Amino acid sequence: MATFFTWLNDQLLRMQWLSDLVAWLVRDGLGLDLAGPVGGSVHFFIYDVIKIFILLSALIFSISWVQSHFPPERTRRILGGRSGLGANVAAALLGTITPFCSCSSIPLFIGFTSAGLPLGVTFSFLISSPLVDLASVILLASVFNWWISLAYVAVGLVLAVMGGVLISRLGMEDQVEAFVFDAPVQDHDDGVMTRMERATFAVAQVREIASRVWVYVLIGVGIGAAIHNWIPQDLITALIGADKWWSVPVATLVGIPIYADIFGTLPIAEALSAKGVGLGTILAFMMSVTALSLPSMIMLKRVVKLPLLCVFVGIVTTGIVLIGFLFNGLSPLFT
Amino acid sequence: MIIKILGSGCRKCQALGTATEAAIAAKGVSATIEKVTDIVAITRYGVMSTPALVIDDKVVSTGKMLSAADIARLLPV
Repeated sequence: MATFFTWLNDQLLRMQWLSDLVAWLVRDGLGLDLAGPVGGSVHFFIYDVIKIFILLSALIFSISWVQSHFPPERTRRILGGRSGLGANVAAALLGTITPFCSCSSIPLFIGFTSAGLPLGVTFSFLISSPLVDLASVILLASVFNWWISLAYVAVGLVLAVMGGVLISRLGMEDQVEAFVFDAPVQDHDDGVMTRMERATFAVAQVREIASRVWVYVLIGVGIGAAIHNWIPQDLITALIGADKWWSVPVATLVGIPIYADIFGTLPIAEALSAKGVGLGTILAFMMSVTALSLPSMIMLKRVVKLPLLCVFVGIVTTGIVLIGFLFNGLSPLFT
Repeated sequence: MIIKILGSGCRKCQALGTATEAAIAAKGVSATIEKVTDIVAITRYGVMSTPALVIDDKVVSTGKMLSAADIARLLPV
């Protein structure tokens, strides 16, 4: 049974068949040496691009299907009926099944806040939404393993809950721009969707997201291929190796301004891991790239005042650094 | 009749604009289409997911890529 699951994992998630197929193409078709830097990077590039696009399409389709059951209006109704820590937990969980795009988080922020949801609950949702989603679970399992992927989700949710709770403790409601509270609460209901409508919606989501992220995927895979085959391992381990304490804060800070989603960061994570960079360092990098980015901060600045924005960025950054240290410390458990 | 398309200029909003034009032409009604791209202006309608369609200041659809036929059904006769 265990071997069957390993086989399933290798073929469906890691796509060993694809790796073998591309290896054959590069070696026998193009006549390149797979062990050499050119053949190696060509293989990494082709294999990763195809793998990520297959995973991306399948995952976005399934997630959009689930998501079609939870339009923001429904999420808001669910959260409105809760209070205290339970509301933060519910917000963090609902954040996992909502859109990946940070551009949709501002209308959500306004919609939640104007309906009277506590600021902390909204922030729990805002932190968890880009950070943890069903796609990241499957993708991390495909690059690392299931334990790492479940651990990532768990700490991501804890970060979202704790961040929201801290923000509500600080009582910063006056740091939200006034117009946010004045926005009308529109409870527009489209009624129940048919199965056909959900399928159409899911296909449209796949096309829309693929057309938006393909550049980032190519850039990510390109950087991954470069790390994988051209940058000497000694250099990488000397700079951000598992034994260097500064690797986690450096990875976090480098990731903050970058805007990409999990599909773009994955190939970089994959390559760094192969070069002996610590697990915590890699996760910290992935989390800071997805959770915080310059474009989303500029968007958020339109609805909250600077002190609250700084508190938000500060809490999430600190949380990510702590998670990085934790995973680097615990990494022997996951191998 | 004034039809507004709310959305910050994403691909889906543009597609919704094209579909709306087609729906108006097919139904032969006279209507002006306005695109609302400013996020603050969008939130005045209480909309949480874009693209959204507003007909005579009433929100009729949110977060959906409607086809021309869907829109024609939403237009008043």
